[in-house]
Amino acid sequence: MTEKLVIIGNGMAPGRMLDHLLEAAPDRYQVTIFNAEPRVNYDRIMLSPVLSGEKDYEQIIIHGDGWYVRNGITLYKGHKIEAIDRAAKTVTSSEGVTESYDKLVIATGSNPLIIPVPGHDFAGVLTYRDLDDVNAMLLAAQSRAKAVVIGGGLLGLEAAAGLQAQGMDVTVVHLMPTLMERQLDPAAGYLLQKALEERGIKVLTKANTRKILGNGKVEGVELADGTTIPATLVIMAAGIRPNATLAKAAGLTINRGIVVDHAMRTSDPDIFALGECAEIGDHVYGLVAPLYEMARVIAANLAGDEAARFVHIDTPTKLKVTGIDVYSLGDFADGDDREEIVLRDASAGVYRRLILKDNRIIGTVLFGEVGDGAWFNDLKKKSTNISEMRNTLIFGPAFQGGGARDPGAAVAALPDDAEICGCNGICKGKVTGTIKAKGLTTLDEVRAHTKASASCGTCTGLVEQLMELTLGDAFNRTAVQPMCACTALGHDDVRRLIVAKSLKTMASVMQELEWKTSCGCAKCRPALNYYLVSDWPDEYADDYQSRFINERAHANIQKDGTFSVVPRMWGGVTSSNELRAIADVVDKFAIPTVKVTGGQRIDMLGVRKEDLPAVWADLGKAGFVSGHAYAKGLRTVKTCVGTDWCRFGTQDSTGLGIRIEKFMWGSWTPAKVKMAVSGCPRNCAEATCKDVGVICVDSGYEIHFAGAAGLDIKGTEILGQVKTEDEALEYIVAVVQMYREQGRYLERIYKWAKRVGLDEIRRQIVQDGEKRRAYFDRFVFSQKFAQVDPWSERVSGKDKHEFRPMATVGFAEAAE
Amino acid sequence: MTMKWVEVASIDDIPSRGARCVNTPEGKIAVFRTAEGQVFAIEDHCPHKGGPLSQGIVHGTSVTCPLHNWVISLETGKALGADEGTARTVPTRIEGERLFIALGAVVEKAA
Repeated sequence: MTEKLVIIGNGMAPGRMLDHLLEAAPDRYQVTIFNAEPRVNYDRIMLSPVLSGEKDYEQIIIHGDGWYVRNGITLYKGHKIEAIDRAAKTVTSSEGVTESYDKLVIATGSNPLIIPVPGHDFAGVLTYRDLDDVNAMLLAAQSRAKAVVIGGGLLGLEAAAGLQAQGMDVTVVHLMPTLMERQLDPAAGYLLQKALEERGIKVLTKANTRKILGNGKVEGVELADGTTIPATLVIMAAGIRPNATLAKAAGLTINRGIVVDHAMRTSDPDIFALGECAEIGDHVYGLVAPLYEMARVIAANLAGDEAARFVHIDTPTKLKVTGIDVYSLGDFADGDDREEIVLRDASAGVYRRLILKDNRIIGTVLFGEVGDGAWFNDLKKKSTNISEMRNTLIFGPAFQGGGARDPGAAVAALPDDAEICGCNGICKGKVTGTIKAKGLTTLDEVRAHTKASASCGTCTGLVEQLMELTLGDAFNRTAVQPMCACTALGHDDVRRLIVAKSLKTMASVMQELEWKTSCGCAKCRPALNYYLVSDWPDEYADDYQSRFINERAHANIQKDGTFSVVPRMWGGVTSSNELRAIADVVDKFAIPTVKVTGGQRIDMLGVRKEDLPAVWADLGKAGFVSGHAYAKGLRTVKTCVGTDWCRFGTQDSTGLGIRIEKFMWGSWTPAKVKMAVSGCPRNCAEATCKDVGVICVDSGYEIHFAGAAGLDIKGTEILGQVKTEDEALEYIVAVVQMYREQGRYLERIYKWAKRVGLDEIRRQIVQDGEKRRAYFDRFVFSQKFAQVDPWSERVSGKDKHEFRPMATVGFAEAAE
Repeated sequence: MTMKWVEVASIDDIPSRGARCVNTPEGKIAVFRTAEGQVFAIEDHCPHKGGPLSQGIVHGTSVTCPLHNWVISLETGKALGADEGTARTVPTRIEGERLFIALGAVVEKAA
């Protein structure tokens, strides 16, 4: 007969315990979980990225609803257990459900410490423990007002960085002289404070909170020295306390937490305590690695292995604030029997300190560059005698043995039992062994089978290097295709982070998103340049050296290194004067080929680069501007002659085409945009295979988009039908702006639309007038900076160096 | 040895992460300046199909050819990655702001 297992709490530790238990003894227990939070099991360590906007809730779910169903587990969401009846062996929830148990696991976690200062119960005072807290903080952050975080420890700083990323003005108030004093020495604490201050977070140390100001609602914080800090939001992050209330009421032995033995049993042998609420050998734990170890021990005991024992190990501390890397492990206090090795690089913001005792590492503090943490941790764990490599030890594994510095080599050099994933206690051998045994090829598979890098994710790079090492070319780095070899991030992540973190220069994108190369490559630089131009039209300074030659020279490079020149012919309409000017230019510069393009204009091919400014000067005199035939931007708007001449025309298609082209020229887009307007459904302008097309009908205008007639052939989709020309323009501009904001560089509209979904686009552009007008307004704003004719600028002398040889030398010497 | 140092310009004439061309009896030489301020000169002729390397995007100590995206090392002139081929490199020298390239080495070899 199956036994009944009841779990109180559904945090990360019980989730992990069930993973182990289902593997070891899948049918032994009938499992019931009571969760006071109204949701499934999620990765609490990742709350900070949710707060800063780098991830959303869906991305941090560990076990979705389907998992509970598949494993036959009953999950009561939003049920808080009110009482345990040990005699009857039952628990009763706040919603009145009573469940009996054979074995009970208490995993009630911890409660945030609320400092009992006056005003601590005002509206606007929050803690930082669960998703509800994060949601409340995100709501408060919308005001963009001021926030005070009380507590400069791990949680407080992650909260501060997250709120600041959401646009709040944040002050951290910390009682001790330096930040994170339990994990960092004063030097690293100072560097951390400086790094935070550089981001605009204010830090006050040795600051004791006297009271919270306000009248039922937070208005500020007053410190013991009389300083007041105005704020509408106060986060209490001064520490946590094991939540043992329920266990105490049930008569179990309590000290700071619920006291357990090394098998995690409480004073009642049928009841286990797990996670932050448990106290073992005078320790309570808050980091995930020991909690997962507890989960393993309980699962083993429940499955019948009563020899499983919890053993204390030091766990490295890492701060999860993007762009600030901190690593701390072990004991770092000074002492007479201790020595230290310190490396500082002020300009790079790097600090490393190793604490040695008898030639063995006992503590490590790394700031700024933490990739070697795993190696130092391994030396410490094994008590390796380091006297042989003492001179180069501080530089890390890549410098041992004088070999070349290869990022893969450091990982290759790690022994099989070196810890890779601190959260889950996974060593290198387990990762590489599982990859081979199960034939894993993707990061997701490795996470699923080994759990390595599945919690906080900071060791993802290491795991990927191990996969590379084990699989060689068969390794498929991530499910998300990275932009290029310079980053692991895909286009969508990069675009999202540019906006979320307000990155406005290429250098800051590469720094903050941890580019692996110093100045990018020919793939990522043009993409980043476009994203920055598109997202910050008024603030970003266009980087011409990151543009492909065509957009730098404003002409199309040809196979022989000459260029082709295509002036704009609005809506495909020209005149004798324009044609005469073109003829004159062709003669004057001996341009070898003149050709009519598919976009209803004229291409002059074979122009020497040096001649370009002079060619443009002559064309400019006749009123021509650049046709942007070279640009990832608006190219042509083809038209038919419409009501002007055609006996079938229903609307002024030529006029609308010219109006669209004059409104939208100069705008940069992820890939080229070609448009057309046809005056009737006979569609002579071929509008139904364009990026955006219009078919005029008697009752108005049918707006089409997402067609293709190149590598792929695809008819357009209908966006919607409108009655007036003004509306037609608004719809077209809005859909293009949506594409400008979301498209991946070089992704044409039809591919973007397929990815995003036609219904979603129609919902935002057709059904939601407010959204449509917002897109329209953003496009209009960006045009203020984009509608400058690049040809006349260059005729006036801009970028002269681009078109002239720097020098001509050596001919006299050669003649001698 | 008839190799000769010829002054061509000031290094500030070349945009950072960019290139300028110098016309010489040995053909067009592209002179590059990297983000780190290093200067390299190689013939303006991709070993693949003769593309003008001076028009490419400069990244690290490489340039990507504008015609078919071969990546050429500015230090060695060699194609990187899976591609094979070499563009001729030209020695450079910097004295203060003044930039010199060496002419003649190749004429000698060809003769």
